[in-house]
Amino acid sequence: MFKRVHLKDDRLEYRLIRRRLVVSAVIVLALIVTVLIRLYVLQVVDYEHFSTLSDSNRVRIKALPPARGLIFDRNGVVIAKNLPAYRLEIIREQVDDIEETLTRLKHYVDYSDQDLKRYRQSSKRRRPFESIPLRLNLNDDEVARLAVNLHKFKGVEINARLARNYPLNGFGVHALGYVSRIDLDDLSRVDEANYAGTSHIGKLGLERFYEDELHGTVGVQKVEVNAKGRTLRVLDETPPIPGNNLHLTIDSNLQKVAEKAFGDNTGSVVAIDPNNGEILALVSMPTFDPNLFVNGISVKDYASLRDSSSRPLFNRALSGQYPPGSTIKPFYGLAGLETSTISKNQKLYCGGYFLLPNEERKYRDWKKLGHGTVDLQDAITQSCDVYFYDLSYRMGIDKISTFMDQFGFGRKTGIDSTGEKSGLLPSREWKKVTQSMPWFPGETLITGIGQGAFLVTPLQLANSTAALSKKGKRFRPHLVRAIETAGSGERRNIESLPVGNYELIKDLNWQHIRNSMVNVVHGLRGTAYPISWGMQYITAGKTGTAQIYSVAQDEEYDEETVSDKLRDHALFISFAPAEDPRIAVAVIVEHGSHGGSVAAPIARKVMDAYLLGQS
Amino acid sequence: MNQVFDYENVSYTKRILEALRIDPVLLLLLGLLSMFGVMLLYSASGSDIDLMMRQITRLAMAFLLMVAFANIPMRILKNISVWLYLAGILLLLAVMFYGEVGKGAQRWLDLGIIRFQPSEILKLAVPMMVASYLAGQALPVGWKALVISVVLVMIPALLIARQPDLGTAILVGSAGFFVLFLAGVRWTTILALSILLSLTAPLLWKFVLLDYQRERILTLLNPESDPLGSGYHIIQSKIAIGSGGVYGKGWLNGTQSQLDFIPERSTDFIFSVFGEEFGFFGSILLILLYLVIIYRGLYIAAHATENFGRLLAGALSLTFFVYLFVNIGMVAGMLPVVGVPLPLISYGGTSMVTLMMGFGLVMSIRSAKRYLG
Repeated sequence: MFKRVHLKDDRLEYRLIRRRLVVSAVIVLALIVTVLIRLYVLQVVDYEHFSTLSDSNRVRIKALPPARGLIFDRNGVVIAKNLPAYRLEIIREQVDDIEETLTRLKHYVDYSDQDLKRYRQSSKRRRPFESIPLRLNLNDDEVARLAVNLHKFKGVEINARLARNYPLNGFGVHALGYVSRIDLDDLSRVDEANYAGTSHIGKLGLERFYEDELHGTVGVQKVEVNAKGRTLRVLDETPPIPGNNLHLTIDSNLQKVAEKAFGDNTGSVVAIDPNNGEILALVSMPTFDPNLFVNGISVKDYASLRDSSSRPLFNRALSGQYPPGSTIKPFYGLAGLETSTISKNQKLYCGGYFLLPNEERKYRDWKKLGHGTVDLQDAITQSCDVYFYDLSYRMGIDKISTFMDQFGFGRKTGIDSTGEKSGLLPSREWKKVTQSMPWFPGETLITGIGQGAFLVTPLQLANSTAALSKKGKRFRPHLVRAIETAGSGERRNIESLPVGNYELIKDLNWQHIRNSMVNVVHGLRGTAYPISWGMQYITAGKTGTAQIYSVAQDEEYDEETVSDKLRDHALFISFAPAEDPRIAVAVIVEHGSHGGSVAAPIARKVMDAYLLGQS
Repeated sequence: MNQVFDYENVSYTKRILEALRIDPVLLLLLGLLSMFGVMLLYSASGSDIDLMMRQITRLAMAFLLMVAFANIPMRILKNISVWLYLAGILLLLAVMFYGEVGKGAQRWLDLGIIRFQPSEILKLAVPMMVASYLAGQALPVGWKALVISVVLVMIPALLIARQPDLGTAILVGSAGFFVLFLAGVRWTTILALSILLSLTAPLLWKFVLLDYQRERILTLLNPESDPLGSGYHIIQSKIAIGSGGVYGKGWLNGTQSQLDFIPERSTDFIFSVFGEEFGFFGSILLILLYLVIIYRGLYIAAHATENFGRLLAGALSLTFFVYLFVNIGMVAGMLPVVGVPLPLISYGGTSMVTLMMGFGLVMSIRSAKRYLG
């Protein structure tokens, strides 16, 4: 066998390996030099190029705010929409000297201290490279002037954004509410990521209550921007999902009629469909223009609204609490019948005042000489106080509060808006808790004519009236009928939810009360008789007067000598047609003195407009 | 008095190091590099102290393992090479069938207590195997030995490439081929192999490489073609390095890195953070530090007493260089993006531990001469 065999020669092999090690070292060095040359090219030769790229050529993520949902009335009339408006915005990262830029900008566009304050506030919570608005709603002149000079301002942009617009201005503002710039408080109640890029949020009313529906879902855009922060191109985009549209129960025509009917008076009207709790009109007068708040209201404008003696910002319909006065009498009458405290034909002599046993104080009737002999129907029609002093005295406060509670007095109606107050239904317990005092019989009498501690909101009064018209069946009043998904047009109807389960009223008792209320309007001696002239349907109503000025024992209330501010509020409640009610109305005219002469005609106009389509 | 004491101390320290069979030069250089690494990682991670502490813990473990490996006598290393290699191959096969999928690749093996990548073992086992095989052969390498060695290298390399982990496959393959190269494969053979490789490249392209690996190579040729996809890494990394200029933007001041424009900036792309923050000057210094470490390894190889030690120490040092070259090459846009970390600096434990074990082996080889007659 012959085999070729390498002889191992350590010395030769060692030299071979060493040679190869040296070759490796040289190759390593050569490659390292290549790497260094590459780095030299990148970092020294092309430095300018990459430095510019690093400063400028950046991919940035932009938030795309969704379009806010629109709001329509029940007939499809737009009452809140979005209009494109130009804004002056600043990207802080790209401005070298922000104070200097702000000063220079002042030469080209006027912005108020308020704007500046808001800008600084928003700046604190911005994400990197987010543009923050300095001025909203630029007019064409301003846009033109800025656009020409924009090259002098690094990091300053003019952007067209959708801004909320209320085309009918003050119309229905107390139902609608408004949107305004987001502040830190607002952010704590929303998902901040979804509001990236959103500048406005619902502050009041429907705009706030339905914020989640109206806002929509934020979109994302990947863009390439240059050194000045201008977008060069869009790389990738997830479009925003617009907010849902609201379809209201409000009838804008009716609302307009109601607002107009008030003239220069202040007060509130609420009209409800008793069959489902849909609010047909919700008026608080005077109104104000919500558009002022969208674009950042000036200090001056705000001060004049805030300090105005007629308090336009105050939402009387939901937050205003008034003594119900005599409008409460039909409810008491029903309570008396239901509790068998009285009977329909029981008569009482009214001599102008009522005396409690063993007391000297006179509880006066509004009619100095009294109404003579009256039964329940007369007492309601002519609004006899003495009859109801007697009734409430005999019924006692406990029965009163229990019964009135069933009509929703003293508690919030649960309307889908903000700022609702609960009113106040006096009771023995309430007095004990809040004042640590026992209940006095005299207070029962005062409560018996809807004065004293008893307070209602116009909404509550309207809702209770609606319940009365339907034999006690009460709904949660609501302003939104349906929510429409923006893209698909799919509509979700809001169900009308019945509240409570009061169905105990005996038919005859209830009919008697209703007939008495019809008499208030249509009877010759009715306190609202004048409004029945020419009326083409039958209305059941009740007038009321709410005292805000207590008359001392031996003094007399004299309309002429009492200043406007202290004059009584005029109230009126009604529903029509009486047999098959389609609308229930509560009217309060502040300092209007008499329900019959001031408040009732407003209700008539509203009912006419709704039932007959007159405007 | 003090001076005498100091002198005593120095020699004492030296004696301890020798007793532990540690090379003071390598220890110093590796220590320096790790320190820079931790500093850089602090910046690259956006000042993440937790992440930095984890890296320091790993470093400490890796240095301990290095010392442990430095104390394995070379003769034992030589003898266990075959078994380590076989075990590695078996584990690779196990991973193929039972492995865990992480980040889209099947690399991990879960042994209950620890999860590890068997491919890491082969980074050491392949050069050890080839070196111990060739140490028994007469050099320069004959045809038969050459074929056997190539087969020994290619089996694990292809298995790893299929995982798919192209970066590790390159490292394992090159470690094996370095041994062959040092063992004196003829230049003509090398030329022939290169020609063969370039001829089979289309086949590799078609059958071995996966879609994303092909895409990365294509992207390298024209990164602008896909700025948001795979080209994004390269474009942003080049911008970062280039904008660093001569002196850099300063530690913690790299805008590209700090503003999150660089993906994987604490792992594979950490050099772009370094380039941006320390500039060309810093890059030269860092690369010089690496170069000295590599040369120290080659020096130890040249002074080793046995062919096994010479081949292994040389191959390990050159593999360390491949890490460096491939990583900076890809980050600087010279090479395709393959998952190779910047040695001892990138965040992550696996490769760091393997590297330090490798230096342990080099130190063991260095000490071996002392025990020869």
